[in-house]
Amino acid sequence: MSETTTIESEALAAIEAATDLSALDTVRVAELGKKGRVSGLMKTLGQMSAEERQDMGPKLNALKTRVAAAVEARKTVLEDAALEADLANDVLDMTLPPRREPTGTLHPVMQVFEEIAAIFGDMGFTVAEGPDIEDDWHNFTALNFPEGHPARETHDTFFFHPQQGDKPKVLRTHTSPVQIRTMMSQKPPIRIIAPGRVYRNDWDATHTPMFHQVEGLVIEKNIHMGHLKGCLIDFVKAFFEVDSVEARFRPHFFPFTEPSAEMDVKYTKVGESIEIGEGDAWMEILGSGMVHPNVLRNCGIDPDDYQGFAFGMGVDRLAMLKYGMPDLRPYFEADAKWSRHYGFKPWLTPSVSGGLS
Amino acid sequence: MKFPLSWLKDHLATTASLDEILAAMLKAGLEVEHVENPAERLAAFTVCKVTDAQPHPDADKLRVCTVDTVDGTKQIVCGAPNARKGMTAIYAPLGAYIPGLDFSLDKKPRKIRGVESSGMMCSTKELEAGDDHDGIADLDEALKLGTPAAEALGLDDPVIDFEVTPNRPDWLGVQGIARDLAAAGAGGFIDEPVKKVSGSFDCPVEISLEAPDACPVFAGALVKDVTNGPSPDWLQARLRAVGLAPKSLLIDITNYISLDRARPLHVYDADKLRGKIIARLGRTAETLDALDGKTYEITPDMCVIADASGAIGLGGVMGGTSTAVSAETRNVFIESAWFDPLRTARTGRTTGITSDARYRFERGVDPSSCADGINQALRLVLDYGGGTASKIKIAGEAPERTDRVVFTKSDVTRLTGLDIKTAAMKKTLKSLGFGIEDTGESIFLTVPGWRFDMAYSADIVEEIARLEGYDTLPTTSLPAPESGKRAVTTPIQDRVRTARRTLASRGFQEAVTWSFMPHADAKLFGGGDPALTIANPVASELNQMRPSILANLAAAAQKGFNKGERDMRLFEAGPVYRGDGPKDQRTVIAALVRPVAARHWQGNTAAYDPYHAKADLFAVLTALGQPPTRFQIDAPRQAHWHPGQSACLKLGPKVTIAHFGALHPRVLKALDVDGPVYGFELNLNALPLMRAKTTKTKPVLQKIDLSPIHRDFAFVVSDNIAANAITIAAHGADKKLITRVDVFDVYQGQGIEPGQKSVAIEVTMQPIGDALTDKDIEAVSDKIVAAVVKATGGSLRR
Repeated sequence: MSETTTIESEALAAIEAATDLSALDTVRVAELGKKGRVSGLMKTLGQMSAEERQDMGPKLNALKTRVAAAVEARKTVLEDAALEADLANDVLDMTLPPRREPTGTLHPVMQVFEEIAAIFGDMGFTVAEGPDIEDDWHNFTALNFPEGHPARETHDTFFFHPQQGDKPKVLRTHTSPVQIRTMMSQKPPIRIIAPGRVYRNDWDATHTPMFHQVEGLVIEKNIHMGHLKGCLIDFVKAFFEVDSVEARFRPHFFPFTEPSAEMDVKYTKVGESIEIGEGDAWMEILGSGMVHPNVLRNCGIDPDDYQGFAFGMGVDRLAMLKYGMPDLRPYFEADAKWSRHYGFKPWLTPSVSGGLS
Repeated sequence: MKFPLSWLKDHLATTASLDEILAAMLKAGLEVEHVENPAERLAAFTVCKVTDAQPHPDADKLRVCTVDTVDGTKQIVCGAPNARKGMTAIYAPLGAYIPGLDFSLDKKPRKIRGVESSGMMCSTKELEAGDDHDGIADLDEALKLGTPAAEALGLDDPVIDFEVTPNRPDWLGVQGIARDLAAAGAGGFIDEPVKKVSGSFDCPVEISLEAPDACPVFAGALVKDVTNGPSPDWLQARLRAVGLAPKSLLIDITNYISLDRARPLHVYDADKLRGKIIARLGRTAETLDALDGKTYEITPDMCVIADASGAIGLGGVMGGTSTAVSAETRNVFIESAWFDPLRTARTGRTTGITSDARYRFERGVDPSSCADGINQALRLVLDYGGGTASKIKIAGEAPERTDRVVFTKSDVTRLTGLDIKTAAMKKTLKSLGFGIEDTGESIFLTVPGWRFDMAYSADIVEEIARLEGYDTLPTTSLPAPESGKRAVTTPIQDRVRTARRTLASRGFQEAVTWSFMPHADAKLFGGGDPALTIANPVASELNQMRPSILANLAAAAQKGFNKGERDMRLFEAGPVYRGDGPKDQRTVIAALVRPVAARHWQGNTAAYDPYHAKADLFAVLTALGQPPTRFQIDAPRQAHWHPGQSACLKLGPKVTIAHFGALHPRVLKALDVDGPVYGFELNLNALPLMRAKTTKTKPVLQKIDLSPIHRDFAFVVSDNIAANAITIAAHGADKKLITRVDVFDVYQGQGIEPGQKSVAIEVTMQPIGDALTDKDIEAVSDKIVAAVVKATGGSLRR
């Protein structure tokens, strides 16, 4: 008995005393190796009587298991310590900078186009497009601008050189020709918006020769001016992300609508920026009206069957008002500093459910 | 159009305040642009009485005045030589802003040479209300203490400036404005007919109308023994108030009537007329020395007023110098005619003349106003210039306005949602001058001569709605759309959105640049079509529609670099133009990098190169659901690309969808851009449309438990063999089994003959169903080697 007890306590002590893996292995061989002391004890079982073996067998086996477990436990401890010691020598300066990734941005006008599409999309509008280079008929005549009438001259039109006696093509002066193209190619009911580039020969602090508009068109059976008013007030609230907007509609003249109206909204000047919705001053933001019966007829729609409204607004200005850009001209200069400051993050996608901005 | 409030009150009986007038203008659609209200500017200043004026003890030129003011008795030190006891003057209280001096008085009394002074007495110059140099304003004693200075100076007449829309030429006369404001409820329209002037002799000037389409009616009268001196003060004041300089009685009268009634007139010095007056069309080689000092060439399209000497005026546009009135004019011939709007507009455009007459005639002048105009002019000439008037001679007839509008009453509710009683509608229409014949459901309306914008029932609806007030319109949200489930955007618009976000997320800044560019630069990019040259560009360097966005981006990138930006990465999604037809416009997305290698402590980052451009292009294509491998790569087809470091992506032999790589150094040099510059331009219209899926459900995932197998091969090929010749051939060896072929090494140098290269590829095979045996793999490998050798003429590298 005493020999086994001694061997066990000595073995366990030696295991605990091993300070590295090789020392531990030496102990393991000395105790559990073929010629080790514990193995030696196990061999004595062969010479024992049956009763002795029945008594000693389980005891020696348990002893062997305990010593082996102690070796494994110590091994884990020593391996952990060795790893920690290694890692302590394998240190990176985590304050060093990673490689610089360029930062991309989206242009505010393009973003605002998407915001507008999200709002009107929610009201059942689809997005239509038309060409920038238009013929006289689509840009003027079909929209009830009489030939030679001074209303045409208010548009500061860019002309191309006339080809073979035709009227010169023009750069569209508004997105309204898309109304015509839409009504010529699809049957009512129609609800579209048409965003795009438009062009006028005017360049000063508040005008650029190219700018952006969104046109809207609703043609159904029972749409009246109250819908125009409701739809546009709903739009302005959603666009400027405010709970209420004080708006007024004023009579105006557009050849292609009758009755026609301009929409003003109230605003407050707060420092350099502008808050839309309430305040003491009015700002004009769009033109609108009921589609002129001549325009409907020009597109093959019977004004006794269908009616509706149209509107058009300057997107650059809406973007300026919402996001506080003071000047129109840098929009078209691809200036890196301006883009970093006023540009939008790449993955910001306007939606009615997720918020526009 | 500008008018002073007092002038409006000639035609509008009203007690309305300025604000009420402005509100009525807004309601009726007269968009006010500016109100110049001197009363507001001079609100701080009032009439005061100087009760005593003593010399200043320490200054010879100053006086110490005791002044009764609205604020009580004040001591004011005054330096004006005319300050005296008993004077009625204008008082400025402490703190008042003095417009003519552009400063504000102190808020507390200050000492002037030791004597306290509380406020100031002003000159009209200091109030920007006059020009006196003699000292402070010396007013009529009768003015009461505290009278507002604006009233005391006769400056309490606000001038309103508003926008006249092209459909309302009647608003170019104060009378027309009054009529609308009366209809809008701002007062009563004073509808006094113009009194006839009976002449004492027959007009000796013959009038002959040879072009009745251009000038169908011409009224004329002669006044003998006129004195053409300055016009009376009230007339001069009115012209000045609207920004016109008074010239002489005769000229001022024509300007006045043009502004008062939108009725242009013209005056001729009758002694300079040669024979009869003829209204006819122009003749070739005719010219006119016009009143603006310029000489104009006349075309046969123009309406000319002529006498025996030739053209003496362009009808409805401008008169000539040869018959102009002057201070010496004794006998004047007055013209009151009507000219065709379209012809007048054309003449105006051709000559470039802008005149008040043209502005009115091209928009429309009431044709029946000829006689009224001439009677009004004769009265004024006789009253202020004396003389004897002839009888009025009228040649031709005013074109009869026969247009009647059938107005359907229910259209008001149908188009506006408003519910308005018939009586109210009729009242509005009557006040606007319509003749009314009510037939129950409809009203037959005769259009007044001064309106040119009334043809349809909808036009009448606008009149009724605007004068009812748009603020009474209902506010109704749109009903849910009749048809649902449609996509909001088109596939091309979706592509634009996805491509933009892909590039922005890869570090590109989005630009929006002009659709036009210099013609010479456009030619470098394959453009320059004369059909796409703008005839009247805003600037000569913006005269050609762009064939590509890259030139604009390159210029912007260089500009950014010049401003100190390091690594310019720009993109733009927008139009390019292949022709002037509606289908010739393409939506492209172009990206461009003018790279600067960034230094980094782990080793410098490789500068952007053509393969980065390819990676960015492929990333966009992948994001658009267009696997880049479906396209063929070929030599560039556009001359602005570097011939050896760029390529195009094709879909079949005809469709090119994109170019990418380096821009041509010669093109960059012409653009004044430092190279190298890399990028791509992708035609979003040319990409094949995804087949519309009938269901949103995706096919079941095919589970494959077998691991893919990778095998490497290296081939030695001639160095003019494209890498993709090898990868395509390898892939083709077993299209079902081989899922990927990747080039992982290209080597030239020791061990490889000059003119040859070694290209190493990794082939990935994905067994489906049964596992591959070594034998199977060997068989596929043999096929791969055979295919590549056959395709390239190369050999397996051993």
